[in-house]
Amino acid sequence: MTAATMQRNRPSGVRISKKVLPYVLSLPALLVCIGILIPFFTSVVYSFQRYRLSQPWARQFNWGDNYISFFTDPRFWNTLEISLLYAGITVLLELLLGLGIAMLLQKRTTLNNFISIMLLMPLMTAPALAALMWKLMTNPGFGVLSYLASLIGLQDFRWASSPSTALFTVVLVDIWVYTPFIMILLLAGLRSLPTQPFEAAALDGVPRSFVFFRITLPMLTPYILTATLFRLLDSIQQFDIIYAMTQGGPGDTLTVFQVEAYLNFFQSTNVGRSAALMIILWAITYFLSNIFIKNWLRLRERARGQA
Amino acid sequence: MEHTSLLERILRGIALTLVVIFFMFPIVWILMMSFQTNETILRIPPQLVFKPTLANYTALITGKLTTAAGTLDIAFMRNLWNSVFLSVTSVAVALLLGVPAAYAFARHKFRGSEDIAFTLLSFRFAPALLVLLPLTLYFQKLGLANTYIGLIWVYQLICLPLILWIVRGYFEDIPADIEYAYRIAGHSWFATFRKIALPLAGPGIAAAGLLAFIFAWNNFVFALVLASADKQPVTVGALAFITSSGIQYGQISAAIVLSITPTLALALYAQRYLVEGLSLGAVKG
Repeated sequence: MTAATMQRNRPSGVRISKKVLPYVLSLPALLVCIGILIPFFTSVVYSFQRYRLSQPWARQFNWGDNYISFFTDPRFWNTLEISLLYAGITVLLELLLGLGIAMLLQKRTTLNNFISIMLLMPLMTAPALAALMWKLMTNPGFGVLSYLASLIGLQDFRWASSPSTALFTVVLVDIWVYTPFIMILLLAGLRSLPTQPFEAAALDGVPRSFVFFRITLPMLTPYILTATLFRLLDSIQQFDIIYAMTQGGPGDTLTVFQVEAYLNFFQSTNVGRSAALMIILWAITYFLSNIFIKNWLRLRERARGQA
Repeated sequence: MEHTSLLERILRGIALTLVVIFFMFPIVWILMMSFQTNETILRIPPQLVFKPTLANYTALITGKLTTAAGTLDIAFMRNLWNSVFLSVTSVAVALLLGVPAAYAFARHKFRGSEDIAFTLLSFRFAPALLVLLPLTLYFQKLGLANTYIGLIWVYQLICLPLILWIVRGYFEDIPADIEYAYRIAGHSWFATFRKIALPLAGPGIAAAGLLAFIFAWNNFVFALVLASADKQPVTVGALAFITSSGIQYGQISAAIVLSITPTLALALYAQRYLVEGLSLGAVKG
């Protein structure tokens, strides 16, 4: 609408043609776009090739072979399973925790505001460094968490170095870093809700569970959706925490998509398989990000409307 | 709203205390470790009271580490400098490229504008390695492998979408009438942009820049793939630290403390804008 009014009111005497100007301004952004798209399409090409860095002479198109071989490859199914499991568990727990904490901090008191600012600190810590911090705390020799675990009877709790507890440990780090993300978005959502429905419900003596499920949750849904999809998109591609903590190990316990692609590329130098893995992950994230962007745009328009 | 029972208030208090302990404990603990010698760190049970030492920090800053086996050179200061340089330059470049583009997207609806904006946004959510792995091969051919220029270019993947979408929102919030009035008074397009639009969107631009800095600083995978030791930022450098022999746990902790302090300080300073930035402009704090 503003654009239309602008076309009519535009003052005369523009030196750079008004048609060209926006293109000139956005040209650099366009170039970056192209710079991203070229390697992206290269990845697509690689994924249809038999391509190993160790055997460059044997490089040739094998079309769908990389993808077809995934069907019978237990390592691939392990990657898919652990990636979905990791994303599902972290996002679900972070959503529940984040919503709970946001509701605890909803009232605008000095203490609550102070705590919500403090809780931002894990989120602002580089995930790779956060993983290192937890690695130091879970060190079997001197780690304070290993000591605390032994106090409650968990002697020799191996944290990230045992296959049975590695997933638990990286999920814990992920929760530590990213719960504040969901918390802070939902807190902003909660605080922006209109007060009348809640006042009316309190006047009528409506039970609190009813208020929560029938008023708070429905009104908060756009925020919950945006926060959840945002996290889901990042979580399914988690690399930093897992790589810094265990490098996908022990064994192939934690070889999620990006870690597996990294190991394929740099350790087994199998570029073709690595690219095919990334294309599959991209397809998943593309699907999710389309849903996300729809929700995100709706929320963005609402925020702009309030401005 | 005010008729909360005593029991409920106590439960809320306990829950909040647990939350604060869980989220603050690791930072406090690493901070404490950074002031300890290896001896006190290795003591079991862990010590809450100890005689603080600055030895870990002096070893990192001077780059000389004296151990029983002799002196060891540690290049941590180099990593810290790389982080500062890469983040600052990347954000500067992203602002230079992104702010005019954001203005164009906010003020002019032109063919393909939304396509460019959304392509940039959707790559914010695409797996980093999808683009990075082919890039390593291209970079080797182009001679950009392990150069600051190559890294800064790739860092635009993080900074540019963030700046474009946040600043665009701020430009859209400026009533177009103010700009028309100035234009009608006979000023050029550029003067309007510089004298009216830029100052009015100033706080938003600053906030987007700070956030882009934090994300660039915290990035790990780009430099892990594209840089070798002398160009690596702290995130990658600290990881190499923990695997190299002879370095003590107190020094690793001190390195972590030095590495996370800049982003934590910036975040506290810019916390007013964090909600909006983290949601790429979708939620106002």
